[in-house]
Amino acid sequence: MDAIDRAIINALQDGFPICARPYAAAAEQLGITEDDLLQRLAALREQNTITRFGPLFHAERLGGALSLVAMRIPAQDFDRVAAQVNAHVEVAHNYERTHEFNMWFVLATETEQQLQDTLRAIEAETGYPVYNMPKLEEYYLNLRFAV
Amino acid sequence: MNVLPRMHPDNLTDVDRRLIAAIQHGLPLVSHPYAELGRQCGLNEGEVINRLAALLADGTIKRLGVVVRHRELGYRANAMVVWDIDDARVSELGHCIGRFDFVTLCYRRPRRLPAWPYNLFCMIHGQDRDAVLERVRQIEQHCGLADVPHEVLFSRRRFKQRGAIYAPAPSGMSQ
Repeated sequence: MDAIDRAIINALQDGFPICARPYAAAAEQLGITEDDLLQRLAALREQNTITRFGPLFHAERLGGALSLVAMRIPAQDFDRVAAQVNAHVEVAHNYERTHEFNMWFVLATETEQQLQDTLRAIEAETGYPVYNMPKLEEYYLNLRFAV
Repeated sequence: MNVLPRMHPDNLTDVDRRLIAAIQHGLPLVSHPYAELGRQCGLNEGEVINRLAALLADGTIKRLGVVVRHRELGYRANAMVVWDIDDARVSELGHCIGRFDFVTLCYRRPRRLPAWPYNLFCMIHGQDRDAVLERVRQIEQHCGLADVPHEVLFSRRRFKQRGAIYAPAPSGMSQ
């Protein structure tokens, strides 16, 4: 990754032109050609530095239910419970964290009822309580990484 | 964190649903990507451009841009930092924390007493754990949080990271 790759990543995390030839427009801003930008983006994707050009959706506006859920799992049971939790398609991602509350996952479902049903199923399967912590207010969301 | 519920939203038009289903896997790396997207969902280039601009304008799409893998970019440590903040001040302090450029997310969530007293959650990434802790100290100093109970929960393992899932596509495009 060279200085131009870094400039591309920094510039295009913030947004992308919506016009007939957006790569050409973005390339002009970066002082490179459209072909060069397309080749560099393909290479960055090959290297797994970027995943894709994607939209960040406003999940609530699309409907559906989304929540962060925590569990407190003793070390000897952790892998078993993680496998049970991860088997649910409603689990979007799951992190082990350094705390007594050591399992943190995001649930995404079509309805609030399905979210509650999934929580009850996880409790029944694992034998441990879930702590549901849905977002109450958003102060900031960016997910931008400077390089 | 680019996660979508698996759903068939009622508040979008058919055209928007097809467009969202087509774009969720990423914009094609070709000179006319919106024309290519249009071919996948039965719209012409101008229609795709108009609908995307409208979805961005009304906030249904928050941002269109490159999605990075932060670990591959050298951000090897990430922490969820949680504070137990007086309810009357949580909004003010949430906005204060959100102004730091290394904070990627800052939300208020419910306490789960007595086990979990924390109501403000933010994500901080850094090159390593020491860098993250230094950033927590910066936040504490700047926002006056030195005496507020908090904890730093570093990630140890990531089990599952699913991209956007969106299910209206007739052609089975959902993951």
